[in-house]
Amino acid sequence: MRFFRGSSNQTSEPATPQKQSRRSSGVGEISRVLNSQEGLCILDVGATSAANIRYFTDNGHKNYSEDLLRSSLEPALRMQDSVGNSALDSKKFLDENLVYQNGQFDVVLLWNLPDYMEESLVKPTIDRLWSVMKPGGLLLAFFHTRDAGPDSVCYRYHVTGTDMLDMQPIKLAAPGRSASDKESPRLQRVFNNRHIENLFHDFASIKFFLARDNIREVLVVR
Amino acid sequence: MDAPQSEIANLGKSVRIKGEVSGSEDLYIDGEVEGSIDLRSHNVTVGPNGKIKASVSAKSVVVQGKVDGRITASDRLDLRKSAVVTGDVTTQRISIEEGAFLKGTVDIQKEAGKGTATS
Repeated sequence: MRFFRGSSNQTSEPATPQKQSRRSSGVGEISRVLNSQEGLCILDVGATSAANIRYFTDNGHKNYSEDLLRSSLEPALRMQDSVGNSALDSKKFLDENLVYQNGQFDVVLLWNLPDYMEESLVKPTIDRLWSVMKPGGLLLAFFHTRDAGPDSVCYRYHVTGTDMLDMQPIKLAAPGRSASDKESPRLQRVFNNRHIENLFHDFASIKFFLARDNIREVLVVR
Repeated sequence: MDAPQSEIANLGKSVRIKGEVSGSEDLYIDGEVEGSIDLRSHNVTVGPNGKIKASVSAKSVVVQGKVDGRITASDRLDLRKSAVVTGDVTTQRISIEEGAFLKGTVDIQKEAGKGTATS
């Protein structure tokens, strides 16, 4: 299974990817909650964003940051399964990540992580998120539709406090490669609506927003 | 503060320290430190080869390497693009470059109503 899209066009891309913007109904709903309340506990598991930290802390919220996609590439997580294939150790991954008290978070920003993370980690990760969220807490996730190709860009997301979302393409170093040799993560799969509902089976409710750019936004209530 | 200056103390990349580091001058660390670093009135820079397993308390902290531990920067914290920080952060101002990795809580302590984070 390939996790990166290759580096054939690396030299044509700017060193610091330019921000793009898109309107997001899910982010709009999250922003309304964040703007109307104080002291919420927010977990952002996307690529580290100073803009998000600024926005959350300026609005009196407590911010927790974990770049789970990057953490999932840790070579020490690799093991061989019973037939000798390379696999990720999901137990070890959860021993080292998302280690919080149960019922701690009011808001979780999952972004597009499930589409880019190795499949064996997706369900355990969402189950752990269920545990660390408060009842009634909100989780926002983005899923590509089947019209999205494997080269769909993986973004770092920056909230703005409105329904507009700033995005920057991200590149990561593949396991065993030097930090300067970064590539774009590759879309691993496309979940259909039934899969998504199964992923969030234990949550209280789920709401889909269809966007124009081959993305389904999913707002889930714990 | 990207490179060690002559007027600041310099721990080179071959230096390993286990214990408590404290002092009254700025410090550039490109080696390994395990324990604690306490320079509350001064600046600490963790160079690209720096590997810190310690709590860090300083006026300002710049990270280009790896820090595993709590960082308390009374003025500001700069995470450069090669920074890998695992630990909770308390500061007045934080700057995070594209590509930096942060795993932990960020507590922005505001002074006189001001506190910013920039990318």
